[in-house]
Amino acid sequence: MDLAIFGYQFMQNAVLATFLGGIACSIIGVFVVLLHMPFIGVAMAHAAFAGALFGLLIGVNPLITAFAFSFLVAIIIGPLADRGEINPDTSLGVIFSLMLGVAFLIIGLMPSTRSEALNLLWGSVLTVTRGDIVLLAIVAVVVVGLVFIFFKEVQATIFNRQIAHSVGLPATFILYVILFMTGATITVSLNSIGGLLIFSLILNPAAAAYQLTYNMKKMFLFAAAFGVASGWVGLLLSYLFNIPSGATIVITSSVIFALCALFSPKRKKGRWSAKPLSEK
Amino acid sequence: MLEPIINIKNAIVSYRENIALSGVSLQIFSGEFVGIIGPNGAGKTTLLTIVNGLGNLVSGSVEVFGKPVTANERHELRKKVGYVAQVENIDKRMPMSVREVVMIGRYGLLGLFHRPEKQDWAIVDAALEMVGMTNLAKRPIGHLSGGEQQRAAIARCLAQEPKIFLLDEPTASLDWKAQTDILELVKRIHEERQLTTLFVTHDLDALPHTCDRVVLMKEGLIIGDGTPEKLISAESLSRLYDLPLNIIEERHPHIHHHEGH
Repeated sequence: MDLAIFGYQFMQNAVLATFLGGIACSIIGVFVVLLHMPFIGVAMAHAAFAGALFGLLIGVNPLITAFAFSFLVAIIIGPLADRGEINPDTSLGVIFSLMLGVAFLIIGLMPSTRSEALNLLWGSVLTVTRGDIVLLAIVAVVVVGLVFIFFKEVQATIFNRQIAHSVGLPATFILYVILFMTGATITVSLNSIGGLLIFSLILNPAAAAYQLTYNMKKMFLFAAAFGVASGWVGLLLSYLFNIPSGATIVITSSVIFALCALFSPKRKKGRWSAKPLSEK
Repeated sequence: MLEPIINIKNAIVSYRENIALSGVSLQIFSGEFVGIIGPNGAGKTTLLTIVNGLGNLVSGSVEVFGKPVTANERHELRKKVGYVAQVENIDKRMPMSVREVVMIGRYGLLGLFHRPEKQDWAIVDAALEMVGMTNLAKRPIGHLSGGEQQRAAIARCLAQEPKIFLLDEPTASLDWKAQTDILELVKRIHEERQLTTLFVTHDLDALPHTCDRVVLMKEGLIIGDGTPEKLISAESLSRLYDLPLNIIEERHPHIHHHEGH
């Protein structure tokens, strides 16, 4: 196996991008899984994709429009679902299909050269730039930092927002910060993973971690590890077998999930036995 | 003259076209144990939520600890008011232990940038001991029975070291043994800590016998307020639940006959 390729700048960029993106996406994924909002995440991912394409069409930085579309979806759906006025799955299904329709409409309206648009659809981790990496690094540091510094507030909000409210925590504000960071993470990962696949990288590592532990701190750590592993193993496999890197990364993350689900300690039957506090 | 710890005046609360409270006035004094009973939809839960600032007043006023409950004061108020909600939807696979969930009760008090310290965990462990769940402290929160979930919720409130304790139908959907355990626990907590307690239930049999006062609610209004002996009678319950007197007598043969307030 000739690994000299990893000496090249573009490959080093790809390794760095998958490292940072794997961490950011998987930590966001823990929120998505525990807050039971996979469809909000999917809708936000496709909204980001549609937004990026819109930016390309009108000549505005696609990252700005991607983030705007993604966050708009979150702040529309969030309060409506909160108040129980609409079935969130139905409304998100509508938004999901609307955003996908808008995206493909914009692709159809574009001039003949659509490579930039298609890159946003499939992602291109092998052509990430220094600028992309800087953005990924900023978002990853902010996401990790917020979780680390405000872990107890995040933990309470994830557990149950009404209870978090009732003990005096600003749970709604915390939820919107989480949605904001979800939109930011999706946006900066579009170039490397692509709009179609980004949500899998958000969901799969966190879902895998969910299978393995009853401890939230460990779940964040496992998810980050699985996110990075998916990125690096996927990158290696795509190089070895000359197959698309984005898809390989996502499939790798799915395999990791399947293995975790298969060997999950949570599948064991039988109740936990009562133990004294002092017993490790 | 003793000032009430909770002072509600002509409170009106509505959710869209539904009027949950139609002008309720109530004063609760420190250390009182008040049972609030009434049929479904009477406004009992709404009454609790305007005390801890989770509900929104359309008209009227609510003062707790001598201060009006305003949008700015709510977060601070909730840190001093323990609240066990009627339904706490808990994910059975939530990656948290009972001990960690009970610690949530202290998070509002700790403030931003502060992590729980030894003394906080000591308070949590004491709360767990009081509710008899020390041996279940490390169990995942989703692996508890209904009665155990309610005891964990009560422990969470105790860890908060509140001045007021609000319980919204804590024995709903529990079997008779679990109901009895919860009622005994609440009674013991009130005796030991002299917490001002508001206990909401629609089930007369679930009302603690140690209530100092009972408040009867129906259709968003208070229709009775007094001691259990004076207020609870077959006639008053018949009016409260719109049931014939003979049905009340049949279901609650121990209830006496006389005109309540």
